[in-house]
Amino acid sequence: MELVCPAGNLPSLKTAVDHGADAVYIGFRDETNARHFAGLNFGPAKISDGIQYARKRGVKVFLALNTYPQPSGWDRWRAAVDQAAEAGVDAVIAADLGVLDYASKRHPNLNLHLSVQGSATNYEALSFYKEHFGVRRAVLPRVLSLSQVRHVVENSPVEIEVFAFGSLCVMVEGRCILSSYATGRSPNNYGACSPASHVEWRETPEGLETRLGGVLIERYPQGCNAGYPTLCKGSYRVDDHTYHAIEEPTSLNTLELLPKLAECGIKAIKIEGRQRSPVYVGQVTRVWRAALDACRRDPGRYQPRPEWLAELGKVSEGTQTTLGAYHRPWQ
Amino acid sequence: MTTQPRISVGPISYYWPKEQVEAFYERVAETPAEIVYLGETICSKRSQLRTDDWLAIAERLAAAGKEVVLSTLALLEAESELQRVRRICTNGRYLVEANDMGAVHLMAGKPFVCGHSVNVYNDHTLALLARQGLRRWVFPVELTHESLADMQRRRPAGVETEVFAYGRLPLAYSARCFTARARNLPKDDCQYCCIDYPDGLTLSAQDDTRFLALNGIQTQSARTVNLVAEIPRMRTLGVDVIRISPQSQQTERVIEVFHRCLHGEMAPHAAEAELAPLMPVGPCDGYWHGIAGLAQHSKALA
Repeated sequence: MELVCPAGNLPSLKTAVDHGADAVYIGFRDETNARHFAGLNFGPAKISDGIQYARKRGVKVFLALNTYPQPSGWDRWRAAVDQAAEAGVDAVIAADLGVLDYASKRHPNLNLHLSVQGSATNYEALSFYKEHFGVRRAVLPRVLSLSQVRHVVENSPVEIEVFAFGSLCVMVEGRCILSSYATGRSPNNYGACSPASHVEWRETPEGLETRLGGVLIERYPQGCNAGYPTLCKGSYRVDDHTYHAIEEPTSLNTLELLPKLAECGIKAIKIEGRQRSPVYVGQVTRVWRAALDACRRDPGRYQPRPEWLAELGKVSEGTQTTLGAYHRPWQ
Repeated sequence: MTTQPRISVGPISYYWPKEQVEAFYERVAETPAEIVYLGETICSKRSQLRTDDWLAIAERLAAAGKEVVLSTLALLEAESELQRVRRICTNGRYLVEANDMGAVHLMAGKPFVCGHSVNVYNDHTLALLARQGLRRWVFPVELTHESLADMQRRRPAGVETEVFAYGRLPLAYSARCFTARARNLPKDDCQYCCIDYPDGLTLSAQDDTRFLALNGIQTQSARTVNLVAEIPRMRTLGVDVIRISPQSQQTERVIEVFHRCLHGEMAPHAAEAELAPLMPVGPCDGYWHGIAGLAQHSKALA
């Protein structure tokens, strides 16, 4: 299985390459990708440096162009596809039907991957993208159980990539607009979920409150570490109970599932986190490289090593991890 | 260009007992709604009505002169779910609303509608789907009337536009069942508890602001979107169909108010005031006006 690592900037890209990524994925510095954060991502010069650095070391570069243009923004997305093709990326990761259609017609030699934001959870959907755009690979939303993943792979006309580690979307990606309900901005329309521009931190007599678009997401007692107010990971009240009604602040970690994912026929595993630091990228890439190598050498006796888990635990959201939907009881 | 939009009744997003569903559609048959979407779109475990039961309702509504459209599940994971969708896609009689790209693929070459859970954000997407047989599409609920105007200018011939104009907003889908989670039940043994919440289970922030509604694997807005005051604009934008999403109480009254407004028998702002008390929590219209979805822009109620 290929290890696909995040790179929010050139130092992260180099770190991922140096620590054993088989591919890195990047984005342009605007809303054409789902990590449209201030100070993050690549301009044209940096992309070319990054591609050169990666290619010399036999590592591929994918470019995420995975948000949904509206008519007024179309020219920007179209130009981004052209720039990606011109820069010579190994694949463009896209979600929007219009973008995929344009890319496949204008640049027939450009490899296309269906982004997780394309929201394809079944092989009938994957067949559509294969037939119409010649998509080579698809990234599955983080909502399928392991047996469902296996069933998709068995029937899929394209290679399958799945998320292995990182912050966890509990909703089907590409079809969640909780963020814009509170702020006006969502991954689909702006390239960001729970955008920092709409976050407030308030000291109150009840403790530290975090708000998103004015909506109270979490309340922390004095002295507690406050987390980022991602909308789906807040504490809410349903009837008389206050709890994480949608999802706990937790990260996906599938280290223990590696042999099963390999056996399913998964082509690539993806690490989330273009918004994270080069230090995160280095640590996570190193651990997953070691794990993949160990799994390949002897899948039958593969066991995640305690030091790997400890290392990943340190960089996980809320310092907890879960097997997510791969693990049936989670559903 | 102005149009006289028709009213549609969207699929019931909640889990209601079979008798309630049948009684609901008996009443809908008597309303001025011209198009009725039928079927389970949220959770394949909901079993009060089987496909044959839906087809029987379809038959009765068609006999009453309604255009019937069969709606498919939004989130397709299991093979059994694909089988159910295949059966709907090959029904041979009624138009189908595809709510996932898998259903779009299955409808290739046949006429179909794209529901709001298929992302149609630009005219290039619309043109591509039109080549596959798209007859009608539902405008994404998070987009603005300006985007709709841009789309309408470039809309392919023969494709109708539908706007989700009334109802709790569909915001997200998950593998997880949040209603079962609220009741501390595993999804595998959910005991069909969503049947206890005919309009979804309202979730509040810790300061008691009512924020979302849990509907099984779907998350909706707590507030009800209401675009009745935008009917004049929708007409000038050439909107063909105005969708009303069913709620457990007084949907017929909602249809009536929209109908009267469409026919100039009630002023839009009066209609807005008339509808406000019928909502479980209150109104919103922010998305349409380019602000947060939960905001209420129209001032009639302020």
